[in-house]
Amino acid sequence: MTVDERFPRGLKEDDFEAEEADGVRSEIITGPVDDWATDFSHLEPQWSADPYPIQDDLRERCPIARTERFGGGWLPTRYEDVTSIAYDTERFSSRSIVMGNFRPPKSAAPIGGTPPISSDPPFHHDARKLLLPAFTKTAISKQEPATRAFCHSLIDAFEGADVVDAAVDYAQHIPMRVIANMMGFPAEDGPKFRVFVEDALEGINREPEERVERIENLFDYLVAQVHDHLDNPRDDLTTYLLNAELYGEKLEAAHVVGAMALLLIAGIDTSWSAIGASLWHLARTPADRERLVADRSLLPTAMEEFLRAYAPVTMARLVKDDMRWRGVDMKADDWILLSFPAANRDPAQFDRADEVVIDREINRHAAFGLGIHRCVGSHLARLELKVALEVWLERIPEFSLADPDSVLWSAGQIRGPRSLPMRIRS
Amino acid sequence: MKVRIDTGKCQGHGRCYDLVPDLFGEDGEGFGQVLGNGVVPSGREREARLAVANCPERAIELDEES
Ligand code: HEM
Ligand code: SF4
Repeated sequence: MTVDERFPRGLKEDDFEAEEADGVRSEIITGPVDDWATDFSHLEPQWSADPYPIQDDLRERCPIARTERFGGGWLPTRYEDVTSIAYDTERFSSRSIVMGNFRPPKSAAPIGGTPPISSDPPFHHDARKLLLPAFTKTAISKQEPATRAFCHSLIDAFEGADVVDAAVDYAQHIPMRVIANMMGFPAEDGPKFRVFVEDALEGINREPEERVERIENLFDYLVAQVHDHLDNPRDDLTTYLLNAELYGEKLEAAHVVGAMALLLIAGIDTSWSAIGASLWHLARTPADRERLVADRSLLPTAMEEFLRAYAPVTMARLVKDDMRWRGVDMKADDWILLSFPAANRDPAQFDRADEVVIDREINRHAAFGLGIHRCVGSHLARLELKVALEVWLERIPEFSLADPDSVLWSAGQIRGPRSLPMRIRS
Repeated sequence: MKVRIDTGKCQGHGRCYDLVPDLFGEDGEGFGQVLGNGVVPSGREREARLAVANCPERAIELDEES
């Protein structure tokens, strides 16, 4: 048994999460929204079902909406405002990037629980730099053959079925398998990952005790993986993080586990959503589906267009100090719900912003964020999306929604279909 | 025509090297790089403009004169 002093056997989350106690909890407020301009909530069913008309309406009449839920927050809807906030790390902190009822203490900055996504400058740069070499387009291209073979195996399993669930039986498995490989986790742990992802990103309005308990499950899983990697080092991201150094020393235990949690969570829900939303669009838009099947050279622009129009990821920021910003009075610790999806549908930035144009050539979308936090996994996500769509279109060129009303979308900041019954044979 | 990447703005989205791989490449951390001296071969101006127009960070500069 290899000993690493940072990870004693029996390590518990409480051992280094003393900060939890100093954070601020706000009252949990749920229930239908009447006025989105003064009481928005990204956790209500109306939002998950179709947030675009809500955002379009706010952009025209508001454009920065307010809510008193979650202890208070703002929702900018214009591309220009979203961009400015993403670039302004001086006034908007990433100390928490999940808008909910808990604000970590100020002392959590600039590192945060899951570096680099939760980090602010100057620490952010160094934590991010550690990850970049593993996620370049060149490094990621090594994942292509195995990903393609895996997509084929998922479709092989549809043999004989007329209706399959494209979200559950296809899209979700692809990023899970890829990230399990890259991290060096057991391939069959996929179902566990799904629960971790839901706990971290969707169960925002659960009671605090329950949330803490669920986060501990993820922590225990990751520590078990660390111990397995200490005993059996191998060439993967977990071993890489265990050996990585910053400022001449190995990373702190909290940093290692936080980065592992980030890579696991950030890589699954997001790509799953992008693949699912793209298939959903093609299933309900036969003209686009037929065009793409006939002319595969359209895939690069089509993919970028799906990422623009159905951008899966919305982020959050916390306002650092009281200030007047673009006409509204922001208070320290107000949330900003940073909607890249809303920015991507701003008619001031995009022609025919509310239409899906699969050969759109000029597409400066912000699905992977902007500025210093640009998605580290964007090259991986693009690879997964490309291979998933290529294999599906090759094997199943004709498909349609089996029952449009039974499509179920996730709640919260990552949006994509979680149930997508698809007719693949008539 | 010549292209240049402003390294202060580039965040490594890779739209440029996805779109025009023989004009742009990536460094060891995924940041965009201009390959060669940045002179756009004649007949390829449209592609260079496309890369400029798709860079999310507006990090690519185009010098039409040179
Ligand atoms: C279509 C799929 C994906 C989308 C739309 C997406 C979107 C985003 C966005 C918008 C951010 C910016 C966060 C911010 O500004 O606060 C981000 C950050 C990040 N993403 Fe992704 N992501 C996707 C897939 C992935 C994958 C597959 C991974 C890799 C495992 C990943 C890892 C990360 C990491 C590590 C960060 C933090 C970067 C930093 O803070 O410097 N993402 N992602
Ligand atoms: S598209 Fe822009 S941000 Fe992306 S690598 Fe090229 S220059 Fe950099």
